[in-house]
Amino acid sequence: MIATDWIWGTVGGLMIGAAAGLYLLVNGRIMGASGILGGLADGTGRETMGERLAFLFGTLVVPPLLVPLYHSVDTKITSNPVIIIVAGLLVGVGTRLANGCTSGHGVCGISRLAPRGIVSTLIYLMAGGATVLVFRQMLGVI
Amino acid sequence: MTGRMIDPRSLSAFAAGALFGSGLLVSGMIDTRKVQGWLDFFGDWDPTLAFVLGGAVLPMFFVWRLAERRGVSLLGTPTPARSPVRFDRALVIGSVMFGAGWGLAGLCPGPALASFAIGGWGGALFCLAMVSGMVMAPTVAAWLQSRTTS
Repeated sequence: MIATDWIWGTVGGLMIGAAAGLYLLVNGRIMGASGILGGLADGTGRETMGERLAFLFGTLVVPPLLVPLYHSVDTKITSNPVIIIVAGLLVGVGTRLANGCTSGHGVCGISRLAPRGIVSTLIYLMAGGATVLVFRQMLGVI
Repeated sequence: MTGRMIDPRSLSAFAAGALFGSGLLVSGMIDTRKVQGWLDFFGDWDPTLAFVLGGAVLPMFFVWRLAERRGVSLLGTPTPARSPVRFDRALVIGSVMFGAGWGLAGLCPGPALASFAIGGWGGALFCLAMVSGMVMAPTVAAWLQSRTTS
């Protein structure tokens, strides 16, 4: 971690918290990325399609507009398509089974002291840690 | 969205989505190496994500108290009810699967969406696989359910 990373991490975190607060106080919805997108993917969120699409449009379109302010933006994602596809499927199925991801269970669940959010977050942190331990430290493939 | 030029519900959702995506960019969470560094507890551990989560959870702690006291949002939607506390199989298995995918690629749904247009073909492929997984999820959930009851 570079010394300024924690400052930008905190600033970005406060922005994410403000976004979740806005969505809750104005729209009355929990800001969970997997829930908002997943409800469109499986059709369960058809009745609230308008605000889901509006939220996703903001998330997809606005960050690229900020990119020119940075020296370089690189997601550094692996170039191995098998890892990408397996990881994407696991994240897609897993977040819908668990009914939440880092934003829904993590940010919104922990701050509400919701037991399911806290338990889910502990489990996906441990699973993520174990995955990096095995696939990076032991096998060296990621 | 009919009849009005700008629907306030959609406008607010757009603003929240824009702020969410921008926060993810500013925080560095679209960098998959930083996220994997956070999960690398036994390697070169990167604590940045703790600051991001802390920065987001702190204001939300107070927002939740306000929302639950008001009971209704500014646009008239009831504050979401607390879900019943059940640590069922779907929550545990789903969280394990999500964590594994998160560790493998260093992307969770929010940053995957925020970096969709700037993550090259890899980021786009991840989003495609993730949405496919979301489409398949009800089938997987039904299968899990059938195994639990039989």
